Amino acid sequence: MTKTPVQFRLNGSDKAVFVDGGENLLNVLRRGVGDMSAKYGCGQGTCGVCTVLIDGEPQLACLTLAETCAGRSVETALGLSDGPNLHPLQNAFMDHFAAQCGFCTSGMLMAAKALLDRNPSPTREDVAEAISGNICRCTGYEPIINAILDAASKRGGQASGG
Amino acid sequence: MLEFRKEFFKDERDDNLNEVGQPRQRQDMLGHVTGRTRYFDDHAFEGLLHLKVLRSPHSHARLRSIDTAAAERAPGVKRVIRAADVPVNKNTLLSLINFGKDDEPLLAVDKVRYKGEPILAVVAESEAAAYDALAKVRVEYDPLPAVFDVEEALKPGAPVVNETYPANTFEYHEKYNHQKLRFGDVERAFAQADFVVEERYQMSPIEHAPTETNGSIAAPETNDRFVVHSSTQALFFSLGTAAKLLDVPSNRLHYIGGTVGGGFGGKVDSLTEPLSILGAMLTGRPVRYVLNREEEMLYGCPRGAERHYIKDGVMRDGRIVARKVTSYFDAGAYTRLSSYGAVKCAAHIPGPYTIPNVCADVYCVYTNRTPATAMRGFGITGVDFSLEVQMDKLAHKVGMDPMEFRILNAYRDGDMKAHRREAHNCALIECVQVAAEKANWPISDTYRRMNSLTGGGGERAVIPATATDENGRIGGGRPATGTTSRPPAPPPRVPLPAAAQPRAPQPQPAMSQPRVAPPPPAPPPPAAQPVKPAATPQHGATRFSSVFGTRRR
Repeated sequence: MTKTPVQFRLNGSDKAVFVDGGENLLNVLRRGVGDMSAKYGCGQGTCGVCTVLIDGEPQLACLTLAETCAGRSVETALGLSDGPNLHPLQNAFMDHFAAQCGFCTSGMLMAAKALLDRNPSPTREDVAEAISGNICRCTGYEPIINAILDAASKRGGQASGG
Repeated sequence: MLEFRKEFFKDERDDNLNEVGQPRQRQDMLGHVTGRTRYFDDHAFEGLLHLKVLRSPHSHARLRSIDTAAAERAPGVKRVIRAADVPVNKNTLLSLINFGKDDEPLLAVDKVRYKGEPILAVVAESEAAAYDALAKVRVEYDPLPAVFDVEEALKPGAPVVNETYPANTFEYHEKYNHQKLRFGDVERAFAQADFVVEERYQMSPIEHAPTETNGSIAAPETNDRFVVHSSTQALFFSLGTAAKLLDVPSNRLHYIGGTVGGGFGGKVDSLTEPLSILGAMLTGRPVRYVLNREEEMLYGCPRGAERHYIKDGVMRDGRIVARKVTSYFDAGAYTRLSSYGAVKCAAHIPGPYTIPNVCADVYCVYTNRTPATAMRGFGITGVDFSLEVQMDKLAHKVGMDPMEFRILNAYRDGDMKAHRREAHNCALIECVQVAAEKANWPISDTYRRMNSLTGGGGERAVIPATATDENGRIGGGRPATGTTSRPPAPPPRVPLPAAAQPRAPQPQPAMSQPRVAPPPPAPPPPAAQPVKPAATPQHGATRFSSVFGTRRR
């Protein structure tokens, strides 16, 4: 099968991979470059556990053709923290017990980051809308929504590239 | 935040605790929020192969022929695994605790018993290649009549789902077709009750729908062992199951797990590990078998369907005097854990209420549906829902507040349960009181002052004589095979409590009386007990002894 070379930025670093025709970004991230933070949940774009940011926009990696990411910037949960310094969303998720099994957490964090980058002072309804494509089966959504609101307030409502 | 209501049972509790009640961060939380937690699928292997299974499109059919020639020649295919490749192709999950007969193949032999049953597996270089090869397999089926309803499955002439249990019921202690509970005489009590309420409750199967689907990766290690990364909730259970099916000593399997992307009971059944390991054994390469979402939803074992018939006798003053329950657990095509679920159901009846006459028959029934398994309180949740809906209906019937109705009938310390165990550490009354308070649900002072420590015992501690039929048997249920008749027994000698004689406890000021706990009796010295030689060797954890009937009675 013909392979296509694709270059993109992943959490600020340049990556170059060969991808199969029709191969999705989730597979390339996980098997191609070894970033396991985005998960497979459904492969149909319904659960949100593979949510990543592409040029700052939340996208479902399982439905994104890897070739379309050429020259673009991809962010995953592995890029949220700066060494031991956690992103405010990560601290808030820890403080609010906003993860139980943790399988939806990476996608949930990326959907939340996209929201806060766009809208530093979201309402509760804004938060619920922003994570409406991300399914959690354990903790329920209340602690997650509380954590995102708490992270927004702790950042003083100031937008940041985080 | 958690709220501790320390005014309850305060003399029974040591509050001088350093950790309990303190918020503590979970050890796995940092991994979760940084995306670094490693689930089974987050491990990279060079040369990883992918396994997919061919599933039956029929709910019940004979397998006439299977032709895999084209699939074996398909691009990227490394191995086709057939039923004959499985070293010990028959198992039941609870055989590890010596409970039930082996009734389920890893890959179907001769016959399929539910839609989605695995027939064979393809191991290939990619998932796409495996799917392409599966499409080239030719299987000829002879469809058979199928049964999807528990009561239909018990009718004479119903299709035999699983030949291991030809009556379509699990066999307890190898001779009883249901779990039975008898306490007092429900029929006599129904005749004396002011009202009798009978209802039917039906539960649907429920898929756990974990965000991470069931899956595993097995790979050969250099020390003649196989490493197994698994989503299982039951690591050593899965290890034992795989060792049995593959006929290898369990110390050749190196399981790594414990990090589960949601389970809720749906990752207990070792759905993928045995085939992943077998694939690694047959190819010498790492093999990954993960259910896709469609497989998880359609064929991943669900909470089973349950049907409960509940008939209650209640007096005008709100006392329940009789409860009769007939329950059917739909196991689907194979036992898995449903036999145990039915035991739990029987142990839960009649719910947390003191009722002087109780009768229950609980069946574990086979149908041509997806095998059911554990899910969050399985065996209890469905019957408990039914019982509590029934409680609301009874309260409505006698014109009582449903909260007060529950307090009136609740277990109190010292009461005799239908299972002939005395109730201790009861707290239902207090729970209902707090729930009413939280919900701003008004209850009268009389019921607000009641408590679990008083009003129990005495007449409520009596074990009534168990009603028997003309043959001296406790009767009821469906006839089981292999039982012998016994001589007639005398009629019950203990009369029913008269309706005029109130069993309800007198209201007492809350917490007026400290709960006095007598010092526990000294444990008896260890004595050599006579050991009856068992016909078959027994093994398994002793805490399950009541399940498989070796407990001292």
